[in-house]
This record gives sequence, C-alpha cells and structure tokens, in this order.
Amino acid sequence: MDGIDISLINWSRGQFALTAIYHWLFVPLTLGLSFIIAFIETIYVRTGNEEWKRITKFWMTLFGINFAIGVATGIILEFEFGTNWSNYSWFVGDIFGAPLAIEGIMAFFLESTFIAVMFFGWNKVSKKFHLLSTWLVAVGASLSGLWILVANAWMQYPVGMQFNPETARNEMLNFLDVFLSPVALNKFIHTITSGFVLGSIFVIGISSWFLLKKREIFLANRSIIIASVFGITSSIVLILSGDSSTRQIAEIQPMKLAALEGLHEGKTGTGLILFGVLNKSEEYSKEDKSWEYKFKIEIPKLLSYMAYGSSDAFVPGVNDLIKGNPKNRIISAQEKIERGRYARKVLAGMKKAKENGNIQQYEELKTKFYDNDFKENYFKYFGYGFLNDTNSLVPNVPMTFYSFHVMVMLGFYFFVFFIIMLVSLYRGKIDRRGWLLRLAVITIPLAYIASQAGWIVSEMGRQPWVVQDLLPTVAATSHIDASTVQVTFWIFAVLFTALLIAEIRIMFKQIKTGPKPGGK
Amino acid sequence: MTGNVFRNIFRFYLDGFKSMTYGKTLWIIILIKLFIIFAVLKLFFFPDFLKKNFSSDNERSDYVIDQLAKP
Repeated sequence: MDGIDISLINWSRGQFALTAIYHWLFVPLTLGLSFIIAFIETIYVRTGNEEWKRITKFWMTLFGINFAIGVATGIILEFEFGTNWSNYSWFVGDIFGAPLAIEGIMAFFLESTFIAVMFFGWNKVSKKFHLLSTWLVAVGASLSGLWILVANAWMQYPVGMQFNPETARNEMLNFLDVFLSPVALNKFIHTITSGFVLGSIFVIGISSWFLLKKREIFLANRSIIIASVFGITSSIVLILSGDSSTRQIAEIQPMKLAALEGLHEGKTGTGLILFGVLNKSEEYSKEDKSWEYKFKIEIPKLLSYMAYGSSDAFVPGVNDLIKGNPKNRIISAQEKIERGRYARKVLAGMKKAKENGNIQQYEELKTKFYDNDFKENYFKYFGYGFLNDTNSLVPNVPMTFYSFHVMVMLGFYFFVFFIIMLVSLYRGKIDRRGWLLRLAVITIPLAYIASQAGWIVSEMGRQPWVVQDLLPTVAATSHIDASTVQVTFWIFAVLFTALLIAEIRIMFKQIKTGPKPGGK
Repeated sequence: MTGNVFRNIFRFYLDGFKSMTYGKTLWIIILIKLFIIFAVLKLFFFPDFLKKNFSSDNERSDYVIDQLAKP
C-alpha cells in the first residue's frame, strides 16, 4: 500500500495501547474483587456474624475506589475506533457493534442499579436482596467483559460473517458462531480468571500488610483463606485455558506461536522453552529477521504435544511461514500476498465497473465474493494483498517472547504462592513468616505485570493484523493528521496518570485507615 | 403509587450520596473525568471520521471501498 503515513499508524497504535493498558489496570481488580466480596458477604448472611459484615464493607470500599476511578476509561477506546481507525470500524460492521452495544446497555443497568444497592443499600434493603445485588454486580462485571472479549476474539479468529463487497462491510451471518466461537469462549475464561487471580493476590497482599503491622488479624486471616482458595481454583482454570489457547493459536495464528516461542526454523518434536534469552542471529538483517537462543531451558517435545497433541508433530517456525513448507502443506507468504492482491483486484474491478456503468461485469465480480472457492482461496488472504514485504508478517519477536514467558512464569508462581499462603495459614505459621508476608505485598504489582503481559502477547503477537488475515493495521487507519493523534496521546497520558496516582493515593489512605467499626 | 416508587428511589440515591464520606472525593474525580472525556475529548478531538466527512452510508461505503481497493 502506497502513501501510508507510518508515523500516523505508530501514534494511533501507541495511543490505543496506552489507553488499553491503563484501562486494564482497573478492570481485573473489579472482576476479581467483586467475587471475593460476594463470597464474604454470603458468609455474613449465612452466619449473621457482624465481623464478616465489617470485612465485606472494607473490601467493598476498595472495590468502590477502583471502580470509580476506572469507570468510563474504556469508552475512550470506542472514540478511537471512530476517529483513528475508521476503515477498520467500517470493515468490521455490526459484528463489532452488536457486542459493544450489549455491553454498554448491560454495564449501564448494572452500574446504575445493583452497584447503588450494594453501596447504599445496607440496612435499607433486606440482607438477602443486598447479597443478591452484590452477586449480580460480580456476575454482571464478568458478563460485561464477555462482550468485549467476543469482539476481540472475532478479530483474532473472524467467523460467522460474510463480506459484502457493495458496502465493504462484514455482515454477521450467525450470531452464535461469533458468540460461541472456541476462541471467544477460551479468551473469556482465560481473561476473566486472570482477573480473579489478580483480585485474590490483591486481597492476600493487603491482608499480609495488616499481619505485618499486627492489625486486623481476624480480617486478614479470613480474607487470606477465601482469596487463596479462590486463587487456587482460578489458577487451575487459568492454566487449563492457557493450554487450550496453545492449540487454538497453533491452528489459527501459527506466526504468533512461532514468535512467542522464538522459533525461527520449524521442526518435529519441538520442545517448550521454559525460559530463554534471545539474540539476533549472525544472518539477522532487514530482509531476514532471524533470532536464536543465547540461553534456554527447554522441555523436549512438549510444544509439539501441547500444540498438536503429538510429541512428534511439526511446529512451523517463522521461516516456514514466510518461505512456505510444501512438505508440511504450508503455503508461502508471497503466495498469500498474490492471492490477497487478486481478491483486492476483484474489489477494484467492481468499483471500476460501477463507475463505468457496466452492471453485468459488476454483478459477475460481486458474485465471486459469495463463491466458496473464492472465499477459501482468495478472500481468506484479502489482508495479505496490502503488504509489500513478507517480513512485515513477523511480529516483534522479543517483545512477544519475553511477555509470554513472563506471563507464564508468573502464572505458575501465583499458583504455588496461593498454596503456600493457604498451607502457612492452616499450620498457624503465617504471622511468624515475615518474609512470606512481605513477598505477598510485593506480589501485588507482579499480578498487574502478568496481566498486562498477557494482553501484550495477545495483541502484539497478532501483528500485523487488526482482523486476522483480512485487514492489516496499515489499512485500518483513518486518513487524519498524525499530529492530532500525538496531542490526544499526551492528553491521555496525563489524564490516566493523574487517575492512577489518585487511585493509588486514595487506596493507600483507605488501607492505612483500615475497616472502621461497622464499616463505612 | 408510581410517584411513590420514584420518590423512594430518588430518596434512596439521595440518602446514599449524603452518607458518603470518602465517596465525595471519588464523585468529584468521576465528574471531572467524565467532563474531560465527553465534553472535551469527544467534542473537540474525537469526531467520527466517516460521519464527519461523508453524509450518507453510500458515500462512506464508496470511500472505504476506495481505500481497500486502491493499489
């Protein structure tokens, strides 16, 4: 594609990343903490013990701070779609619009009703109705995320639609295909449980701080039990859904898999890299961006097994996906580019026929977009037609590789951490293990790092695509001035940083104050 | 009857807001944030590109087709 302002694309991507990262600082805590509060309040309603009410109110206060600061930060992403990413917004059509509209309506009703009951309803509604509201907030927050994740999953795995060449929009053929796509379901489970893990770590970390200060012992011990059990359960689901993701990525985004494992040359019986250090290879050049391991710890054959269910399966590397590998039925990137160009040429032919008033030719070319053979062999590679360089199909390998491995290592660490906390508490040794309590406090920022790393893997790893194989980032932007994006980038940077500082300050103040008699 | 329901809901929210202590700071933050997001950013910096530059869906389609099809 000629005449592309790379600066505009980079600033637009940077702005989207900035807003998404800041937004995701607030969301996972809402997801996780809301369920922990619901568990604690359930115990209060069942036992009638006022101490549990006090604990509920304390965590609810921290939930409220996070919710208030974070609310509406996600709406900015929707502004950016319309302004910076207009080609993309138009191209995805109602597939993206429908889930976002449902999410908006759901969030509005939840936030204006049940959250109000949760905060204002103590002693004004019955205990059971209050508890129901708390549960609805927890379930609703996760369901609210579901719709966003369905939309995101469609971008990674576009299904259930038909491209309309007359409008340049994708039209939804089957809502259930989009909603119940295996990628959407897995993404939902993985993302939501990552929020549960973060919420659990947050509660354990703050409870540990109370134990270090020898304050609020009952609150801290009880909160650690609940959060550890919730954390262990969530971690198991998180790890299992991560395992499912490997198989899905191997099938639909093999380049992402190659990048996140730093795999340049494909091979049979590929091992899983537990951790490694990447180095540019001796052949590394602009034309051949090959990486090699300077150091690695590897479990033999595990990646082949995880990705394809056989320890001897072939896992393609970056090079196989670029140059092609006929033996393993992988077509080359250049071939895909040619096919994509043909699909674009047909679209251009339709446009020309319309301008010339040649209705017959217009209708003939239009029919192609509904023909299964054309869809499977040409339109499937539509996005490749925008690319001039096969190397542009390779995402940032080091960024994807390190983000992935940091996320996985921390994920397993959290699982072990929850078990250690629970066992230490059960044995009555937790308040004597200062190092463990301090580790628990330090683990809070690690949970945020793991959570952000997950999104970096997901979004950086699928570059250059906005919609997998159909629309690259370079073709998705609006033709606007890069300087306007720069201005709003810095406005957001200031605004979000101010919000984050406000959140941290208010949160710290509230934690130091601790729960008050009867709550506040 | 209906009037009572609305009055009760109104009082529920009013009493809730009145009884807040730390929440007042949060509400100030929320209101300032929403003002910046909707009254400043949306109005002055984030117009919908296609809605602003084209008056009908046909024109928008033609423009995007042109973008997608041009070599």
